[in-house]
Amino acid sequence: MSTLCHVFNDAGIATVAIVSVRQQAEAIAPPRALFCDFPLGRPLGKPGDPSYQRRVLDAAFSVLEHTDGPVIADFPDVITDAADSPLACPLPPRHDPDAHPALDEARGLRPTWQRTRTANGSTQVGRVVEPDAIPDAIALFVAVADDGAHWKSVAWPGNDLMTTLMDIRLYYEEAALALTDHVPAARQADAWFYRSTEMGMLLRRFKEQVESQDPPFKGIAYLLPQHEQ
Amino acid sequence: MGADALMRAQVGGVPSDVVFERSGLAVAPRLAEATVALVTTAALMHPGEPWPAGSHDYRVFSQEELDDVIVGHNSTNFDRAGFIADRNVVFPIDRLTEMHAEGAIGRVAPRHLAFLGSTFDLSTFRLDTGPAAAKLLRDDGVDVVLLTPV
Repeated sequence: MSTLCHVFNDAGIATVAIVSVRQQAEAIAPPRALFCDFPLGRPLGKPGDPSYQRRVLDAAFSVLEHTDGPVIADFPDVITDAADSPLACPLPPRHDPDAHPALDEARGLRPTWQRTRTANGSTQVGRVVEPDAIPDAIALFVAVADDGAHWKSVAWPGNDLMTTLMDIRLYYEEAALALTDHVPAARQADAWFYRSTEMGMLLRRFKEQVESQDPPFKGIAYLLPQHEQ
Repeated sequence: MGADALMRAQVGGVPSDVVFERSGLAVAPRLAEATVALVTTAALMHPGEPWPAGSHDYRVFSQEELDDVIVGHNSTNFDRAGFIADRNVVFPIDRLTEMHAEGAIGRVAPRHLAFLGSTFDLSTFRLDTGPAAAKLLRDDGVDVVLLTPV
């Protein structure tokens, strides 16, 4: 991102970047930047808090007043992630005892996912998997993790395992938001997904299975967040 | 170490392959007279149009095309729930619109851009897609850009 700042600046466009990794910004030295020590993925700090976001924007645009640079200003607040405190979300009871637990779970979460979909008027699910096809996508992970299929033999939607997995994660996170009465702190929803759900457990078995397969899956280090490994 | 602290420690030392000449700061107009565009590295996309891995291209969104966008960046290492609840925590288009309505910003640009972050061939941004994006913005009369990461 800092590289783009230089390119735009050289084209005569004044830029200000909100940066999340100060050391990286110092190395590339964008012309004007505001470092916000906020959770990664929340560069404006607080979802659902327009006045707070406005404070951040006012601070960012005030950096434009500098005529000498490069300059990295610092927003005074610090907000940390809460990945170590997963959401305490109720999961639906088993409905179909003959179904794989992860498939049964995903089907059971459909009504709660739909609540977020309706409330937001949009969804973050749908890179390569439509919401209706989430259980089918999970079945592909079951085939590898529990039934011994080779990851490369599976017909991943969009021919993209990682993007398929991200659609599944977002389906769960959107369902989680309907099960809570507040916007969770950063990383609580995905910590719940990776640690507390049948799908999260399935993903860990999937990773173990794929680690022993040849050829290896090059993206194996990215199946789980760094702090979950 | 927290999840974000771990990531900051890992990516903070990634070296740049491009050395920039310090060419001075572009002159910023008064914000109340400026045309402001948003550029994000969150890889915004419409459903069913995923970004190719490692893409150095950019995508263009009018305000009307932002209602159903997905954060297409595939990293597992940042929060997603914030954007689900409120897109402005990544892409503050509604805040800019409010600032324009109260006269704090001269004009919100007609088009905004998304790139895919965490791509490391910076020379492509420097020499190809970056200049093309700059021209598009200039053609729209943009003189201030706010850039946001994820």
